[in-house]
Amino acid sequence: MNYFKQDLASLHADLVAKKISAKELTQATFDNIKATDPKIDAFLTLNEDAALKQADAIDAQGIAADQPLAGIPVALKDNLVTKDLKTTAASKILENFNPVYDATAVSKLANAQMVTIGKTNLDEFAMGGSTENSAFKTTKNAWDQTKVPGGSSGGSAAAVASGQVPVALGSDTGGSIRQPAAFNGIVGIKPTYGRVSRWGLIAFGSSLDQIGPMTRSVKDNATILSAIAGHDDHDLTSSTQAVPDFAADLNDATSVKGLRIGLPKEFLAEGVDDGVKAAILAAADTYRKLGATVDEVSLPHNKYGVAAYYIIGSSEASSNLQRFDGIRYGYRADDVKNLEDVYVKSRSEGFGEEVKRRIMLGTFSLSAGFYDAYFLKAAKVRTVIINDFKAVLKDHDFIMGPVAPTTAFGIGDEIKDPITMYMNDVLTIPVNLAGLPGLSLPAGFSNNLPVGMQLIGRPFDESTLYKAGYAFEQNTDFHLQLPTLGGQN
Amino acid sequence: MANRINREQVQHVAGLAKLEFTDAELDAFTPQLDDIIGMFETLSEVDTDGVEVTSNVSDQLNVMREDVADNWGQSAALLKNAPDAARGFIKVPAIIDESEDN
Repeated sequence: MNYFKQDLASLHADLVAKKISAKELTQATFDNIKATDPKIDAFLTLNEDAALKQADAIDAQGIAADQPLAGIPVALKDNLVTKDLKTTAASKILENFNPVYDATAVSKLANAQMVTIGKTNLDEFAMGGSTENSAFKTTKNAWDQTKVPGGSSGGSAAAVASGQVPVALGSDTGGSIRQPAAFNGIVGIKPTYGRVSRWGLIAFGSSLDQIGPMTRSVKDNATILSAIAGHDDHDLTSSTQAVPDFAADLNDATSVKGLRIGLPKEFLAEGVDDGVKAAILAAADTYRKLGATVDEVSLPHNKYGVAAYYIIGSSEASSNLQRFDGIRYGYRADDVKNLEDVYVKSRSEGFGEEVKRRIMLGTFSLSAGFYDAYFLKAAKVRTVIINDFKAVLKDHDFIMGPVAPTTAFGIGDEIKDPITMYMNDVLTIPVNLAGLPGLSLPAGFSNNLPVGMQLIGRPFDESTLYKAGYAFEQNTDFHLQLPTLGGQN
Repeated sequence: MANRINREQVQHVAGLAKLEFTDAELDAFTPQLDDIIGMFETLSEVDTDGVEVTSNVSDQLNVMREDVADNWGQSAALLKNAPDAARGFIKVPAIIDESEDN
């Protein structure tokens, strides 16, 4: 069983009609993962026994027409805590950690009777853009196994793109859903900040982090976002805004008619590959043909986003990661003489290089004598970046552009050069700083690798992004093209 | 290199962050952090006179709730994750350095 030909609606129809049982679907999913994962390395932990048991129980109860997600497999990025299922954040410091509760997004999917297949690989604590910072394995791109899958949700992206699961959850602090979705030719959304509860997402940058779905189609993505969104008493930054049935409105392939789209000139500037640029310009033409207006606009401070983000995100991370101290859970160093040793040695041995780099950058930016020049300055530049977006979105329904300046790069090519790696996020980071929704979807190919298009909307207006994404999908066939994993498809 | 941060400062920040680095790690980290801080300094090009800081982009402010206990009574499960535990408590090494004379 792979999920190249089936969407959530057709899987649901097959389950209701008993063409396949939840147990058979679950078993076939594991069989396929065992056959393909040696090549892709998307999963850190499989949940086989519990998943099969859950599928059995679902079959015993029967799946009704009003349970659209029941029995359908889902994979979870391994920074979402799952009760009694090992959760590592791809870090040695959490190598043996078994949470005592489920993240809110996870329990919402469990209540809808989705079947958790396993936990996917990521850059340690979601810090990175290639999944090479995992303490355990390097995930490969579904299209070319010499390339990175992007990151940090690289395991989730590769699992969906290679047909291992129809849906995975990721998290996005500076592009960690959108960039791997782009690199693997799938759909991913970073919802508006506050749309999805962060409770149970292992915290990285608390003012930036959001959980979102990664899927093969826009409609599937919309279905899952409706299922995980909503206010949660456990996350007081989660919004009380009503959650629409995002998928219900997706039936009109021409719904962008009359919309005004902004294409920032900075998004096609130097550093953006010609092949990526060509795909985005072609997409702009597609929207024009569908009756939308595409204007050149400007986000003049976009280029400062990376610097502001690495100060703010690292500062928040340095604070959030203080909790990993070797005392209550996680890795504790052996060779210790006193309590200070427990802290210092456990953290120094337990964290990987990129995580330490971020903790250092954050601690520096918050330290006495440097706070005003770095942290406060970045927090002000954040306001300036937000104002740029407000100005454009005042008279444009959404913004379009590339997700990343390039297609997937080679494994090992950039990992030794942090600044180059950081600059890859120049088009996604500002969206997190502003808390806006950003949708990534397939927009073509360059050198046989997928190019992703990013649609950025007004706060809580994921609906417009999904409608525009759906219209694009219905008028192109990029999302129907499939990677060939050793030719077995 | 502009030398925005030197080896001693890196060691000082590491101390604040409860991290320690070997000499070889310090050799690699110091110029790398210096370069990244150099990238941070491009922010000085942005005029932020009179601009308010943004620390939060949530639309929720001052959310209050009753102080009711929730999801409690799991100490046994929690202690299973502790590196060392006994009789319902987490065990840690002595706070006083045993190598010191008292």
